[in-house]
Amino acid sequence: MKRRKLDIGALPGATAKQLDDRFQVATPLRRLLNKVFPDHWSFLLGEIALFSFIILLLTGTFLTLFYDPSMREIEYEGSYTALRGVEMSAAYASSLDLSFDVRGGLIMRQMHHWAALLFMASIVVHMARVFFTGAFRKPREANWAIGLILFLLGFLAGFTGYSLPDDGLSGTGLRIASAIMLSIPVVGSWISSSVFGGEFPGHLIIGRFYIAHVLLIPGALLGLISAHLALVFKQKHTQWPGPMRTNSNVVGERMFPRYALKQGGFFMLVFGVVALMAGLFQINPIWLFGPYRAAEVSSASQPDWYVMFMDGLVRLMPAWQIDIPIGDGYVIPPLFWPAVVGLGALTTGPIFYPFIEARRYKDKKSHHLLQRPRDVPERTGVGAMALTFFVVATISGGNDVIADKFHISLNAMTWIGRIGLLVLPPLAYYLAVRICLGLQQHDREVLAHGVETGIIKRLPNGRFVEVHQPLGPVDEHGHPVPLDYAGWVVPKKMNRLGALGPAVRGFFYPIEKPAEAPTSPGMPPVQPREERKELTSGGQQ
Amino acid sequence: MTDVKHHGAHGAQDGDRPAVDLSDPTLTRFEIVREGARRDDIEIVTYESQFPHPGSKQEKRIERAIALLFILAGALAMAFLAVYIFWEWEFELGWTLSDYFTPLLGITLGFSLMCVGFAILAWAKKLLPHEISIQDRHEAMSTDEDRQITGQTMVYTVDELGVQRRPLLKGAVALGLAPLGLVAAAPLVGGLIRNPHKNETPEMYSTGFNPAFNNGQLVRLTREDGTPIRPDDVSVGGQMTVFPGIPHGATNEWADSPTLLIHLRSTDAEAARQANAGDPNEHNQDAMWGNYIAYSKICTHAGCPASLYEQQTNRLLCPCHQSQFLITDNARPIFGPASRRLPQLPITVDDEGFFVASSDYREAIGPDFWERP
Ligand code: HEM
Ligand code: FES
Repeated sequence: MKRRKLDIGALPGATAKQLDDRFQVATPLRRLLNKVFPDHWSFLLGEIALFSFIILLLTGTFLTLFYDPSMREIEYEGSYTALRGVEMSAAYASSLDLSFDVRGGLIMRQMHHWAALLFMASIVVHMARVFFTGAFRKPREANWAIGLILFLLGFLAGFTGYSLPDDGLSGTGLRIASAIMLSIPVVGSWISSSVFGGEFPGHLIIGRFYIAHVLLIPGALLGLISAHLALVFKQKHTQWPGPMRTNSNVVGERMFPRYALKQGGFFMLVFGVVALMAGLFQINPIWLFGPYRAAEVSSASQPDWYVMFMDGLVRLMPAWQIDIPIGDGYVIPPLFWPAVVGLGALTTGPIFYPFIEARRYKDKKSHHLLQRPRDVPERTGVGAMALTFFVVATISGGNDVIADKFHISLNAMTWIGRIGLLVLPPLAYYLAVRICLGLQQHDREVLAHGVETGIIKRLPNGRFVEVHQPLGPVDEHGHPVPLDYAGWVVPKKMNRLGALGPAVRGFFYPIEKPAEAPTSPGMPPVQPREERKELTSGGQQ
Repeated sequence: MTDVKHHGAHGAQDGDRPAVDLSDPTLTRFEIVREGARRDDIEIVTYESQFPHPGSKQEKRIERAIALLFILAGALAMAFLAVYIFWEWEFELGWTLSDYFTPLLGITLGFSLMCVGFAILAWAKKLLPHEISIQDRHEAMSTDEDRQITGQTMVYTVDELGVQRRPLLKGAVALGLAPLGLVAAAPLVGGLIRNPHKNETPEMYSTGFNPAFNNGQLVRLTREDGTPIRPDDVSVGGQMTVFPGIPHGATNEWADSPTLLIHLRSTDAEAARQANAGDPNEHNQDAMWGNYIAYSKICTHAGCPASLYEQQTNRLLCPCHQSQFLITDNARPIFGPASRRLPQLPITVDDEGFFVASSDYREAIGPDFWERP
């Protein structure tokens, strides 16, 4: 037999065959590539969290190359003149070096911090979308629980990271963390002493937080995020109701090529925005805070935004100390309730919400179609209540700044917060439920009577009525046949029905001819008005 | 539309379409892809180009725009590199070119990445064909039979091991493994746990003002640089943060010791003295020296330095959670979340005329905890 020439074109096919002989990947790979994803902007929120996590991993690894997690006291000799000669921990000095003496180190530090803020923000907004649309219902309760744990882990990652530079602010944060541990009944002083390896601050905490921040917590996050995404893959994504969409299918695009490509582009966009923010907006300028000194704190020292709700709760808590008169006497300080019980309950309590709701509605079915918030007023109300609580607590976390800026007394701000925390959430519940019911009613009205056209008709008896455009067929009297609500947007404007021409595309100049305006057969198209002739004094009769 | 409904995802199962013969040479690649999708219960309902015909003017336009974005991304990346390499970056005092280093890096990198992002997005959204596919979910994947088989298999496995029938083994396994589990936990727990009450001068109740840390001598009040303080150094109505006059007394090693020394006006001092005398648990009696009073600076709420002293009202405000303490009344908390007064440091003046602490604090300083007496 003649030896065949190497056929370059057949090479990929041949390689693929050899691979499949060994690993039998063809069938599972096809399954993997063939996956349909529904599309909606709100499904991108989880992705933003994922992308910012990737950015955190990348920038964080860079930072570890220069950061020194040591509390050894040294004299600063770097190029930031204002602190030269000052005694500080090696951790703080190396963070200053990262900002001033590593070329491009500052932008990396700021990217890491902005990505962390974005990470937490997108988790919260993603969580809100999952909640308000009912995406947490069976069979996705596990993913809801994982998501909440992700928030808690993100919170801890943020706090440990914030402590690492060992500047004035992070030392204050550590001090408060130690106080929170101390406040735990019975074992508090033992916990604080064990975590800090002695009395606050000791010499170990930075090293311990470092390993937690760069290995333990990211490892746990990575594992949970993988599980989270694996479940999304396995259970397939939820979708909004709409044409062709049912509870037993997914309508969208296959993962390849278009969906995956869009994800890639979106990642680049998020990455770009983080880089831009890191370049333009200063975040956590540690050199202004100085090294941590137990006797110094500047006012208006605010933690990162996702910690502020806790700070706010701590500020609003009245000074209720519980004394237990046994033996020498024991105490439960007021700090215990907001900081330990509050944080614990706020992050773990919601895990049970899917089960509570299923029980309340006696609902055992699996749901893959999302619900519009207005269609489940009670859930929307509960969500509005939770959000209001969170917002009031967060604002109270900065109440001294507000008091200062608007010249309100601090004590008044605290009382406003205390009362607001109790009064506003129920109010938000009530308002949200009313608004939902109102929106529902309007949807049903339009389905029953049609869209308002803005055309007023005068009846022979002199009455004026507005003409409605029915959305569906009409009966023999010309009255619209009422339509069923399908759980999705009801068109309420004429141009949504195509009654007016679509908008002309193009930014500076139209890139296509505007569509012909629709004309009614009964009416001749409007003609442009004739040019007026100039009146001249001469040619008069 | 109605057509779609009939031949949607369910059509894939109905078997009403002819089987595709993959060896048929006339099959296009798309037909093979579509067949593959069908085997995974996906029906590609629509897959159509966004352009009326290949190479249309609109398509060319979009292609050009995408190409431009990529080229722009490259140019910005080059600009990033140029800034990174050539721009002055080392910090210097005052307003210098190096102030623009980080912003320029951010702008070039950010816009470069965003260009790539927009280019890819435009490619996907504007150039690739529009697609609608429908995939079946297959909710109840396992049949009842399967569930039964798996369940029985698991019970069978346990049965075969015979743990239930062999109580001796059950007990032995428990006895063997539980200690092993403890071995795993031991170094972690044993290494980390630290008794906060073990030192002979108990750390929870003592500060740097304890004479035990000063060879039994009374500890001076010093400034941050270690110099001692005379009464004249604090003017009337003034205040000063003081530290224990021992080695490293002003460092974080003694993070519980910073103290606020206040020189009260005589009327206020009189009020404070009376409040001290009436102190129910007698800790603050005779703690003042003249019109001078000293309080722990470590907030009893969460440990921030309570450092904002309002002269007119004699209030001490903690900036962390706005607890307020009334200086003239044993530093009783009068607002905010703190529930315990600030401990007072008993002070006097030694033979050389410098302030000393006549003893350590008589109450635990700092944040509250369970076993505080
Ligand atoms: C590290 C943070 C997180 C990452 C990286 C992440 C990522 C994602 C991604 C990419 C998706 C698919 C797209 C989407 O539905 O938006 C998803 C879905 C989901 N996420 Fe998250 N997420 C995070 C946090 C959370 C949180 C805090 C919750 C709620 C408490 C949560 C609950 C869910 C649920 C229930 C789904 C399934 C939604 C559906 O199928 O419609 N996730 N997540
Ligand atoms: S630490 Fe002083 S008020 Fe909280």
